[in-house]
Amino acid sequence: MVARQVDPDRVFAALADPTRRDIVTRVLREPASVSTLAAGYAMSFAAVQKHVAVLERAALVTKQRRGREQLVRGEIDTVRAVGRLLDDYEELWRGRIGRMEELLAEDSRKDTP
Amino acid sequence: MTVVSTTPDAAARTFTIVAELASPPSAVWQLWVDPRRLERWWGPPTWPATFTKHQPEPGGESRYYMTGPEGEKAHGWWRFVALDEPSSLEFEDGFGDAEGNPDAGMPTVTVRVALEEAAGGTRMTITSHFATDEQMHQLVEMGMAEGMSSAVEQMDGLLAPV
Repeated sequence: MVARQVDPDRVFAALADPTRRDIVTRVLREPASVSTLAAGYAMSFAAVQKHVAVLERAALVTKQRRGREQLVRGEIDTVRAVGRLLDDYEELWRGRIGRMEELLAEDSRKDTP
Repeated sequence: MTVVSTTPDAAARTFTIVAELASPPSAVWQLWVDPRRLERWWGPPTWPATFTKHQPEPGGESRYYMTGPEGEKAHGWWRFVALDEPSSLEFEDGFGDAEGNPDAGMPTVTVRVALEEAAGGTRMTITSHFATDEQMHQLVEMGMAEGMSSAVEQMDGLLAPV
């Protein structure tokens, strides 16, 4: 297995929640302050802030200071890495099986002079 | 392509891939238990694997590293759970730390391989069982796969030069 920069357990846990997925999608499109984000959900500012903190620890979003506000922005590289994880796993095994096949074909050529 | 099917199962936390190979199970078995054979297919061409230890017996362990294009090394390990020559084997596969020892903080996958004789060849079923919910269960069952891939697609659209 090849190690990745992204911590998959943390990222998957962060994305298991629909609100957090929604937040990531929104801030990927356009950075937003926590208060702007909070206005879009039927939950408290503190609850949204907590969601953002979970996403931040998973490197799915980062915060950037702009004037008096902090803007939350999406980290496209982390999102892409996650989207590829399962596909990669399938590709990994398809590649392995293809190589096994080549080895077996090599053997049978040796066996039949 | 000899791959017959691939089946992710979120509830069971498994990913199953079935392939049909032209050689008998005894030949396929050797690809798994002979480290020199194994090295030739385990790692992708850009990350070839070197097995420094390979003990295909119950409780036996393996150590390997894969060497990347820049000479960087990614360590991994196996621990054999069960073997029944030439029809099945099961092992845990995990990440190693820089010294090549199992890294307890990293996820492990349990891999079960079934080799059945089929029309002179072998039907090989490989089932990977993910150790943690976070690795797979949540990804698929909670609809994240779709949710995130559409988010990525949207992003690709946004990043494309206008």
